[in-house]
Amino acid sequence: MKKFVLTTTALALCAAVSTTAFAGATLNDVKKKGFVQCGVTTGLPGFSGPDEKGNWTGLDVDTCRAVAAAVFGDAQKVKFTPLTAKERFTALQSGEIDVLSRNTTWTLTRDSSLGLNFAGVNYYDGQGFLVSKNLGVKSALELDGASFCIQAGTTTELNLADYFRANGMSYTPITFDSSDETVKAFGAGRCDALTSDQSQLYALRIKLKNPGSAMVLPEIISKEPLGPVVRQGDDEWFNIVRWSLFAMLNAEEYGVTSKNVDKMAASSKDPNVLRLLGQSGIKGKGLGLSDTWAASIIKQVGNYGEMFERNVGQASALKISRGLNALWSKGGIQYAPPIR
Amino acid sequence: MNVQKQPGPDLPPPASSVGVIGWLRKNLFSSAPNTVLTLVAGYLIYITLVPAFQWAFLNADWVGDSREACDSGGACWVFVAVRFDQFMYGFYPEAEYWRINLAFGLLIALMVPLFIEKFSRKGMLAAFILIVYPVIAYYLFSGGAFGLVHVETSLWGGLSLTLVLAGVGIVAALPIGIVLALGRRSGMPIVRAVSVVFIEFWRGVPLITVLFMSSVMLPLFLPEGTHFDKLLRAMIGIVMFQSAYMAEVVRGGLQAIPKGQYEAAQALGLSYWKTMGLIVLPQALKLVIPGIVNTFIALFKDTTLVLIIGLFDLLATIQSAFSDPNWLGYSVEGYVFAAATFWIFCFSMSRYSQALERKLHTGHAR
Repeated sequence: MKKFVLTTTALALCAAVSTTAFAGATLNDVKKKGFVQCGVTTGLPGFSGPDEKGNWTGLDVDTCRAVAAAVFGDAQKVKFTPLTAKERFTALQSGEIDVLSRNTTWTLTRDSSLGLNFAGVNYYDGQGFLVSKNLGVKSALELDGASFCIQAGTTTELNLADYFRANGMSYTPITFDSSDETVKAFGAGRCDALTSDQSQLYALRIKLKNPGSAMVLPEIISKEPLGPVVRQGDDEWFNIVRWSLFAMLNAEEYGVTSKNVDKMAASSKDPNVLRLLGQSGIKGKGLGLSDTWAASIIKQVGNYGEMFERNVGQASALKISRGLNALWSKGGIQYAPPIR
Repeated sequence: MNVQKQPGPDLPPPASSVGVIGWLRKNLFSSAPNTVLTLVAGYLIYITLVPAFQWAFLNADWVGDSREACDSGGACWVFVAVRFDQFMYGFYPEAEYWRINLAFGLLIALMVPLFIEKFSRKGMLAAFILIVYPVIAYYLFSGGAFGLVHVETSLWGGLSLTLVLAGVGIVAALPIGIVLALGRRSGMPIVRAVSVVFIEFWRGVPLITVLFMSSVMLPLFLPEGTHFDKLLRAMIGIVMFQSAYMAEVVRGGLQAIPKGQYEAAQALGLSYWKTMGLIVLPQALKLVIPGIVNTFIALFKDTTLVLIIGLFDLLATIQSAFSDPNWLGYSVEGYVFAAATFWIFCFSMSRYSQALERKLHTGHAR
């Protein structure tokens, strides 16, 4: 009997995922198609989500609208792609979206190994504590011996352990699988405090039967800077996204709002305001945009403070205080380089 | 002596064995253990169903337009009512809702004659629904021709997207599945090998992986700048996946047909396709109706998995509504609404399959 020698050929499918340099390409693409394609979450209170009419609203959404206002002078020329956490970077890398504004924490790994660049920080988040008002606690340092409701398997668990060890305090963790269960247990009084990202605590508080009975403590025990992300290699587009955010911060600093922007442009004597609104100085030349790029952002989206209050601050249901997100001149760390 | 020739009239059964009391005695309290079980079960029903009924109906809030309207402690159906359009149509432009309504209305109108016994051109109508209707529905949904505004697929959503995904999956998976099943039983080695590899590959991977591949990996392999519609990618994934399952269901039916049927067909001189089309498949498909409908129901429910790739089907639309800061904390109402909607569709499919089985019943079942 003949012996058959089976030779198996291994077919190696080499898929070279090239990170092409996009020098200047994104802005041209965006101008050609007539809108900015923006990746957002599939729904996160205050950051992005469809309202009753199906319009996208939220802090991350407005960050994209600002970019559209800068490029087109029209904040409505933006389309939103809802993305899950796993898809988000691929969508940006593959060019499906132009900006990723999806509650994404800026870390070394993401900035250096994914072929992406973080263009700024539109929200300084961090892990915080929600406690019952009956406890009479004013600071997290008074929580020695307290029991905590935590969502299992998250970095929150580790951060909490680190914080208590560093401060020489003890605590009892009570873990749950989902954030809904966690907040139910807290509402039922099974633990003294609940810990999660601070921006989420305010949303969780509303889910309590009696939201007024609980308060968020001022301490933040981890750093979670969230901001818009673009592809690496297209510095022109990177600058546009970064300075759209800076323009809103500068506007708040100089007191320019969506209401008074036209008046300020016409009659302000402050050279900073005039440069911001394209009345003098470099205007839109460096960015390759129209001279009134910043003025359109402020007129249609508002300054950073307006955007914050409308989506997550006092004018919203979440009522998050500015905290770290106040301007540097008002005790926070939001700081934008000067426009000149 | 008076001999009674006729038997006397039957006495009615004792009052304790007829009517409501008799039924209760016979079915619920026939012995001590049964009595205990009845009482325990009754108590369990009482403590679960009564509060659920009170929550869902008696104490519920139905009208209003903000969360302030929900103050009676029961279910807040206002949340569902306010977003009802979004749950049905997703982000589809409001002015164009009529197109979706028309597409589904047309489908229902076309399907009705199929259920009428006397209607004689069922074959032609079915062919129309399967071949012409999808084209009409595509243009109604997508537009871009005949003066209809183009609505891109990223705006499709809600229940209409769920139905589109399930409909495309069902309509495409059955014929592909039949072809694959025939291929797997074919005598031609290449056809058989291709069918076996296809079926075993797609059956071997979870649907969630297929969807992830289609939305996360595929764009990286495509050349820069080519955008392949996300919904289309998901649809292709679902059809591939379901047709592999369908092929195995149909193959089960093919194997149940006795060899004599094939031989008789060959003896009559029928070609392969005539044998299959006229003799084997009609019998085989009828046998596996429960399996086919089972697969369809599973497919209908599996479409919710598209939410992990950011497509807004019914469930994803409802979940995204939970994140509205003005309506936080009404997730139970949303999930109950989703469950009820899915139940209605799946239950109707299952009833239809039972009716179909009865109608096609020709004494095969033992």
